[in-house]
Amino acid sequence: MTARNKRNGIIATVVLSIVCIAWVYPIVLILINALKQESAISTAGVFDLPNAGTFAGFSNFVASVTQMDFLKSFWYSVVISVTSVVLIMLCCSMCAWYIVRVNGKLSKALYYLCIFSMVVPFQMVMFTLAKTADTLNLNNPYNICIIYLGFGAGLAVFMFTGFVKGIPIEIEEAALIDGCSPLQTFFRILVPILKPTIISTAILEVMWVWNDYLLPTLVLDIKKYRTIPMAVQYFRGSFGHVQMGPMMASIMIDIIPIIVLYLICQKYIIEGVTAGAVKG
Amino acid sequence: MVGKTIKKWWPIFVLPTLAAFIIGFLWPFIWGIYLSFCKFTTVKDVQFVGFTNYTKIFIDDTFTRAFWLTVLFAIISSVLINVLAFLIALILTKGFKGTNVFRTIFFMPNLIGGIVLGYIWQTLLNGLLSKWGQPLLQLSAVNGFWGMIILLLWQQIGYMMIIYIAGLNNVSPDLIEAAQIDGATPSQILFKIKLPMIMPSITICTFLTLTNGFKLFDQNLSLTGGDPGKKSQLLALNIYDTFYGRSGPQWKGIGQAKAVLFFIIVVAIALVQLRATTSKEVQQ
Repeated sequence: MTARNKRNGIIATVVLSIVCIAWVYPIVLILINALKQESAISTAGVFDLPNAGTFAGFSNFVASVTQMDFLKSFWYSVVISVTSVVLIMLCCSMCAWYIVRVNGKLSKALYYLCIFSMVVPFQMVMFTLAKTADTLNLNNPYNICIIYLGFGAGLAVFMFTGFVKGIPIEIEEAALIDGCSPLQTFFRILVPILKPTIISTAILEVMWVWNDYLLPTLVLDIKKYRTIPMAVQYFRGSFGHVQMGPMMASIMIDIIPIIVLYLICQKYIIEGVTAGAVKG
Repeated sequence: MVGKTIKKWWPIFVLPTLAAFIIGFLWPFIWGIYLSFCKFTTVKDVQFVGFTNYTKIFIDDTFTRAFWLTVLFAIISSVLINVLAFLIALILTKGFKGTNVFRTIFFMPNLIGGIVLGYIWQTLLNGLLSKWGQPLLQLSAVNGFWGMIILLLWQQIGYMMIIYIAGLNNVSPDLIEAAQIDGATPSQILFKIKLPMIMPSITICTFLTLTNGFKLFDQNLSLTGGDPGKKSQLLALNIYDTFYGRSGPQWKGIGQAKAVLFFIIVVAIALVQLRATTSKEVQQ
């Protein structure tokens, strides 16, 4: 029995290793091509490794950063992701506490609206949302976080209410009796308890905002501000000759920070996904 | 008492979220429903036309075709994703060596955005297709369709796998041991114990894969762009194309009407699916 188990274990490990190599291959392929000279990249020739004649070093990466203004896109993506997610975490956790502890029409209505907003496809609101953002001057990378707060509130409020419900109310009562104001109670008592949930939810929201394409495309002025997904689509999708080398390099510049971040906070990311699903 | 104390603090606790929610979701949503009954090109020349937009949706067959393609796409992709993700989760919960490394690698594609994913797979698949002398993704609707399926499998299997692993780890070992003592075969344990016990995970995973498949946009745009001749357009891209890709004063209204219809379809599917699978869940 144990010998058979051991054999099965070895077979499973070998099969999974092969599948895993296939799994990372698409990314490796892009990296290989990012290191090739422009003339060596063709549709059928993407599988050839760069040789001494076609190896381009990091020139494609340099070209992508200088020609495509990729650093600027990177900066916009970082600004939008950070401001939006910080705002979502702060406002939605406060809102969720109120929804759970105050039994009223406002709480109920807001809770069901949040759930509802998660199902609605973005195409339903894309045109009117872009117009609203223009009118209210929310169409730049520094103000767009308000839009993200509105659109991301559904998931965050839903996650936070799920967890606040599990916190014993006596802790908060004790704090209030001891003279804490509601704000002090929230920041001194609830935030520390909610910390793991805040991290998990923040990761889910960062994954969404960082990769979001359609919302910033429609809301921001594409000539002035481009986030990374917008820049990739703008250069690849525009007519005329596309420089494939810098294109591949910019894809790598987009992926590398994500993978590094993933390897560092892997535990939280996987917990976040599981928590989101279980609560959902 | 907590409720009473914080009730009057609502301007601080609720108002910011509420205001942003109204700006970012509620108002555009209601306005969008109103505009679906109007003819407009910008917000300044709105003219009420009743149900005309809804009847004009079927003026060409792009919407119907996109609808059936999306239905097919959502069903095929969610069946494949769920079956494969569940199989991988089964193997990874057996406690073999290197499980964590495999889990890490399988999940990784999930972190990459749809646009970038589309271009990665376009490079790979077009390379393969041209090696085999087949028409490229943008030239053949069939190849484009299966290309999107492969892409979505790569992206989502890892996510669903994580959820299934969590579900399988929650199945009590006592239950399985009891079944083994009673003489249950491994396949009986799988179908009679493990599957019913992880029904909540199956519910959430089919819900996520179905709605993701239905709402797919970025990957469609970057992998095939709807080519050839809009034949690989899924619903979301078809709506976007009606809005921004066509000239003529009637198209924005029609696009908005399509979006409302799309919204109703997605909500209906979500409700039917949730009811169908939650009824199979067992109480522990």
